[in-house]
Amino acid sequence: MTLYTSTIVTPRPRPRAWAKFGESVAYALGLPIILLTIWGVWSSVSAAPYFPSPVVIFEAFIDTWVGPSFFEDVLPSLGRLAIGIVLAVVLGIAAGTVIGLVRWLRELLEPIFEFFRAVPPPVLIPIVAVLVGANDLMKLVVIVTGAIWPVLLNTIEGVRATDSVMTETARSFALTPSERLRFLVLPAASPRIMTGVRQCLSIALILMVISEMFFSSSGLGYQIVYFQRNYLIAEMWSGIVLLGLIGVLLAVIFGFVERRVLRWYHGIKEVERA
Amino acid sequence: MPEALLKVQNLKKVYESSTGSVEAIGDISFTMGRGELVCIVGPSGCGKTTLLKCIAGLLRPTSGVIELDGKKVAGPPPNMALVFQEYGRSLYPWLTVRGNVELPLKHKKLTRDERDRLIDDALVAVGLDHAAKSYPWQLSGGMQQRVAIARAVAYQPEVLIMDEPFAAVDAQTRADLEDLVRALHRDRGMSILFVTHDIDESVYLGERVVVLSKSPTWVQEDLAIDLAPERDQITTRALPRFTELRTHVYEQIQRAKRGEAVRPTS
Amino acid sequence: MATVDAPLIVTSPPRRRSRRTGRTLRKVGLGLAGIAGFLLTWQLLPTLGIVNPAYFPTATDTIAQLSLMLGDLEFWRNVGRTMTSWAIGLVIATVLAVILGTIIGLVPFLRRATHSTVEFLRPIPSVALIPLAILMYGYQLQAALLIIVFASFWQVFIQVLYGVADVDAVARDTARSFGLSRGSRIVNLVLPTALPYLMTGLRLAATVALILAITAEMFISIPGLGRAIMLARDAGQWTTVYALVIVTGVLGLLINLVFRAIERRSLSWHQSVRGEEVL
Repeated sequence: MTLYTSTIVTPRPRPRAWAKFGESVAYALGLPIILLTIWGVWSSVSAAPYFPSPVVIFEAFIDTWVGPSFFEDVLPSLGRLAIGIVLAVVLGIAAGTVIGLVRWLRELLEPIFEFFRAVPPPVLIPIVAVLVGANDLMKLVVIVTGAIWPVLLNTIEGVRATDSVMTETARSFALTPSERLRFLVLPAASPRIMTGVRQCLSIALILMVISEMFFSSSGLGYQIVYFQRNYLIAEMWSGIVLLGLIGVLLAVIFGFVERRVLRWYHGIKEVERA
Repeated sequence: MPEALLKVQNLKKVYESSTGSVEAIGDISFTMGRGELVCIVGPSGCGKTTLLKCIAGLLRPTSGVIELDGKKVAGPPPNMALVFQEYGRSLYPWLTVRGNVELPLKHKKLTRDERDRLIDDALVAVGLDHAAKSYPWQLSGGMQQRVAIARAVAYQPEVLIMDEPFAAVDAQTRADLEDLVRALHRDRGMSILFVTHDIDESVYLGERVVVLSKSPTWVQEDLAIDLAPERDQITTRALPRFTELRTHVYEQIQRAKRGEAVRPTS
Repeated sequence: MATVDAPLIVTSPPRRRSRRTGRTLRKVGLGLAGIAGFLLTWQLLPTLGIVNPAYFPTATDTIAQLSLMLGDLEFWRNVGRTMTSWAIGLVIATVLAVILGTIIGLVPFLRRATHSTVEFLRPIPSVALIPLAILMYGYQLQAALLIIVFASFWQVFIQVLYGVADVDAVARDTARSFGLSRGSRIVNLVLPTALPYLMTGLRLAATVALILAITAEMFISIPGLGRAIMLARDAGQWTTVYALVIVTGVLGLLINLVFRAIERRSLSWHQSVRGEEVL
């Protein structure tokens, strides 16, 4: 085996890339680790009954959610959330597009829809619960009826205000109505629509949690309240952490989708700012 | 005499506004033959854009006849393509350059190969074949206008209508784009109707220059440009004949602005 | 000369300034018609028995109940209680968010260091903290405030972060080249730039705070409109329930309108492109 001499040159960029990556990781984890450490120390030093140490919470997390409970409680909750969101988004965009394009329809419906949107969504839960029954369908209906409004109203607004020059371009090239919808109206409205979808996601999550906490005997929300009522503090915290993770997951998924769908929009904003 | 490709006869357009009616166009008549490059100039506010929109079928005239290839224009005719001044708002930012050029072709009955060939051809003609995958907003203003031109060219219209397309572009880029238009006209025999407020541009580009009057607009003069078909920015613009022509057009516009020209009554 | 062809389109009859008023009238008329249609549907659904009238009273019954409530002192007390928790929560959240947001926003190191924490804490639904709040404070106002503040804080905080970072680079360089001190720059450059963002954040936070105030009242039994709804439901007084729902909707609309007006006034001179709206 021959020995290599020092004339071998290692490629320069790689250490810098690794250093950058390490730096990002340090920034990302730095504060959380510090905060968790402070929490851990404080909880062991003072007997704070409602703030068990992170280690205890972590153990409770594994015990509670990694196992059959995941399939009995968590997955169904997530499933309902997902279906509710998809329904709210699809129905909202479909109806919003139709209403936004037909002027008299928009003028007819927009005021009453704005009122519906202004009603705090959790207020509707007791009503839906009594009309539909305290079952799984109710939870789904609650999510859809509460979370559809931002998507619907934002779609209406986005669809009706298409740029006039773009519309004239479409007309001058004799694009068919379906082409105009697919290549002009909806893409032009997509920034507005995505704003509505983001609001829809957070409302849907709130409604899922509340309807399960107080109107149900199953599901993630119900479990957390159960733990609280039975003073299983660490388990309760683990449930809160899990809800937080779900919220983060939703935000991450939305971020991916939004970045892809609105890549052009972000690009323009960047160019404008330069 | 070859039948005119575009015929505008006694066109009149009146707008209703909150303060009363505005006669944007009084009485415009002119024709354009196949393969001609006609420029339209006039004082500001003389309704050039209104005229173009009526010809393009985007606006309905109050009275008068517009015929393209013998057929009355009642809506955007399928064999006409428009290049707008505001390229930033005319190109779709969610489509790539190629996507924008392709869009009008989608509903034409073409095979995929034919469509691709048209698109590539148009992009090469405007010098943007390397930018096909970019987005319009990643390009400079001049390049964006080229994309709009490529889109119009790929559409293979009988008439290309351009509404002050280079007004929002810097002078150097404008010179390149003017030569591009002349090249398209020369190499492909495209019939082009070109509206501008730039007098030099109209004389440089056009085979004819139609001078419009002040509002209510009518055709003040229909001037034939007898410069050689081979033109270039430096030599052509230095020709004495060029100076004569542009001075003449300039004077006409000044008369138009002052409202001195008298409309022939017959 | 060519003869004049018959006109393509005859000019429509002369319209005066009433054109614009006519359009507005039509818009208002249609809007009212929509509301009327909704009320009619509401009236018919229980009357025709499509929905169980025991749990879904008619529109007329509900509106009658609503007018009764408007004369009831207790109702207005409840409104006051809800608005009080809303206001306190909003103020606390705003003060915290402005302070933290400004400090963190102005120091790039802090921004980077807190980014991951913020992005993890922000999506946590505030209602998930209800059990914790009950444990910590019992069924008291503080529990409600915890929930309200946690949610509203993020709305204002994020907007303040955007706003502080949005200072136009050219303006900043101009200020520095003119030798403005850091404090002066903050007052004359950062604050005005961030103000519209703050107003947007306030508007979003105001809406969120109302939702959570009422939610807290409903489920932590804090006195207020939310609790009144749950009590009426328990007693089977459904007309009261629906009347209160309408009241919350009206409150939500009012808050939205007021804060939008404030936001627009602060935006009137500022032509920056608004960052995304986030609930």
